[in-house]
Amino acid sequence: MNRGYIFRLLATSLFLCSCFVATSLAQEAIEKAPPLPAGMTGADVNDPRYKLTPGLWDAGEAAFGMKHLMLLKKPDAFQLGVDANGPKVGTALKALGVPEGAQIPPTMKMALAGLAFANSDLAFQGNHLFLGNFYGMNIFDIADPANPKLLTSMICPGGQGDVSVYKNLMFMSVEMQNGRLDCSTDGFPPNPPPAPGQNPGPPAAQKDRFRGVRIFDISDIKNPKQVGAVQTCRGSHTHTLVNDPNDKDNVYIYVSGTSFVRPNEELAGCSDGTPDKNPDTALFRIEVIKVPVAAPQNAKIVASPRIFMDPRTGVVNGLNNGGSHDDDGTGKPADTDQCHDITVYSAIGLAAGACSGNGIILDIKDPAKPKRIDAVNDKNYSYWHSAAFSNDGKKVVFTDEWGGGMGARCRPTDPNVWGANAIFNLRDNKLSFASYYKMPSAQTDSENCVAHNGSLIPVPGRDIKVQAWYQGGISIMDFTDPSKPMEIAYFDRGPIDAKMIVLAGSWSAYWYNGNIYSSEIARGLDVFELTPTKNLSQNEIDAAKSVRVAELNVQNQQKIEWSNKILVAKAYVDQLERVSALSAAESTNIRAALDKPVRSKLAGFAASVQKQSRLMKNDPYMAKMQALAAILKQPGI
Amino acid sequence: MPVQPTPIRSFPFAALQLFAMVAFVCLISVPGLAQTPVIVQPGAPGQPTKVLPATTRAVLPPLSTKDVEFMQGMIMHHAQAVEMTALIEARTENKELRLLGARISQSQSDEMNFMKRWLENKGEPIEMEMDDMEGMDHGSHGHLMPGMLSGKQMAALRRARGPEFDRLFLEGMIQHHKGALVMVSEMFDTAGSGQDAELFNFATDVDSGQRAEIKIMQTMLGKNN
Repeated sequence: MNRGYIFRLLATSLFLCSCFVATSLAQEAIEKAPPLPAGMTGADVNDPRYKLTPGLWDAGEAAFGMKHLMLLKKPDAFQLGVDANGPKVGTALKALGVPEGAQIPPTMKMALAGLAFANSDLAFQGNHLFLGNFYGMNIFDIADPANPKLLTSMICPGGQGDVSVYKNLMFMSVEMQNGRLDCSTDGFPPNPPPAPGQNPGPPAAQKDRFRGVRIFDISDIKNPKQVGAVQTCRGSHTHTLVNDPNDKDNVYIYVSGTSFVRPNEELAGCSDGTPDKNPDTALFRIEVIKVPVAAPQNAKIVASPRIFMDPRTGVVNGLNNGGSHDDDGTGKPADTDQCHDITVYSAIGLAAGACSGNGIILDIKDPAKPKRIDAVNDKNYSYWHSAAFSNDGKKVVFTDEWGGGMGARCRPTDPNVWGANAIFNLRDNKLSFASYYKMPSAQTDSENCVAHNGSLIPVPGRDIKVQAWYQGGISIMDFTDPSKPMEIAYFDRGPIDAKMIVLAGSWSAYWYNGNIYSSEIARGLDVFELTPTKNLSQNEIDAAKSVRVAELNVQNQQKIEWSNKILVAKAYVDQLERVSALSAAESTNIRAALDKPVRSKLAGFAASVQKQSRLMKNDPYMAKMQALAAILKQPGI
Repeated sequence: MPVQPTPIRSFPFAALQLFAMVAFVCLISVPGLAQTPVIVQPGAPGQPTKVLPATTRAVLPPLSTKDVEFMQGMIMHHAQAVEMTALIEARTENKELRLLGARISQSQSDEMNFMKRWLENKGEPIEMEMDDMEGMDHGSHGHLMPGMLSGKQMAALRRARGPEFDRLFLEGMIQHHKGALVMVSEMFDTAGSGQDAELFNFATDVDSGQRAEIKIMQTMLGKNN
């Protein structure tokens, strides 16, 4: 017993030692951030989110307008055990003869695990939350949002595990070299070492390798069964579920592949190269998979549309030759040959694609034949990452994932227009730039931070988006006025480590039926609720909470419909009072009347509001006053 | 009196059934009676799903020597790009080029940090051993990774000023970036390589990011090819 105790002590000090070595090396490795380029504005160093205390489970936190309800830690099955591949710790352990199963310091564990077990995107259905991971999927019961319960850990590595759900089907993206048809964790072995001076041979074609979209039957939530797997040349980095309003028997999947093309020997028909040399190149396209809902095993690619084609010349890599609104010569579109992510909005027949060097708009009225109708670029944009429409379809928010999400890009010297959202107006299918929005607070050198995934919060009368910024936390943006986006709420934690970037933070932050759920890459699943502030009233929060959906795949955007309920009217009253479109006295009176609704009395207010709205002419609040008047006239009590 | 239509009579019965079902569902989801989470691993399409023991812990895919060489080589490669951008300030007033340089410098310094951290975590040396450099491109001065500027090219860049510098910088950086693309493709073309998630993600980002920058630089040079 005693010997064991001393042993543990010794082991512990060794761990601390090796941890120290690793961090001090990392400290040397962190170079000084480059200076702010001339003419640019950096991040705000006076924000309370800057310099929060570091820690894995005890990091400092700052919040405004949102309350953290709980963090459910990543399950053990998705944590690295004592790692034979982690040499510093592993060999030291062996030398000491420490038995397997000993604990290594959490920070070290996280650093070792890195992206391999990172949490990624989220999807929702009923009371179930699906949390993608590079190692598989975790499924939670969120019937009680403040107390989510893990139901199923599904092991199935091969990429970031982008996830969608539709009825009894779950779809998952796979792109990496280690993806196997059978969900095994074994990957594929390297070739034997080559003779000195020789290059190792090319990878053998592997018939069991899987890169593409997996389809699972989730009828039994505790026993997902793989029923289909559609191979693609570049694998699937992300995918988007697409419904056809005219066809209930099939759904479509748009596949965005950003990785290299695999050889023809592994998947027939795959070939690489520029279109002038190889007209059949697997670059410069997306894939469209058609999934028969009743027979998902028959899912197959039905089209590989050349959405970057120049319609005039038929050139496949046509986007760089035309289609740009911005011709000042500094930021001409790159040779766009891939999309990173596509958001479809079937209700308006459009999709917005974030496609490496461009933001594009697609006509998807025929889902199997998406057709590009506009494209833009931006000289401050590095990598077009994702897109979201406003509910009315008149605005599109694009994001720039400058640095790919693994870099610190919110330091005081990082420009506030790099790695930011870009908000565009969309009129007559044409995009026009309005403004940038970047999470305003400075972050430290050890926090990976850039614009990432978010969803709309259904507050009636406003355009509000909750969004993940990796270790920059969660930021809620109001972009009702596209030229003046502003932050209305946030949550942030300090870095995992003060001296090195440990990949962590919020990958996706989405609103679902009344709460905000965030997939924390390293830590687990976070749940939040909104709290009222001067920027957002309780009535507005309640109105947002009244919107309920049965399923949520954020990139398959659904039109939000608000009822004519009293609480929606109250939200409008608060908004009109906030901008002084209604006087404080009148707002108070209307709210009081709404609390004890009497039709005749409400009708009186309806007439008054309607009359005032006519005086506003082109004021942006006119529409809102009319919407309020309409509810007051015919309230849904 | 006529018999009441069936739908009305059956309604309370259906409701009762529903109530019983709801009650049953509630009963089985009471915390005390709740099942523990399951760990499963699906099989290939059409094959059954395995249930794994609760003690299951995650494992990493194998790492290849090429993975390590790729990271070590790319650090050297990036270091030269940063060295090149450091020349900009004293040699040109071209605003566009200065902005581009700032951006390249920032991205590549950052990526060097990442690569060093990755190698440290894997317990691998940050610098490549000379024996490993066999089969790499050999420049006129020492060993160079694909696309790296030779000593002669670097000296010419150091001497140049104004528009001449701009041209040499852009041509040099395009050559340099194209070399990075070669390195990524060589790595992925090696058996067993690129299975580590961070390395895969990084190499893919290098590929798309540098392709985009090449195009921008070609435009700046006035060559739209």
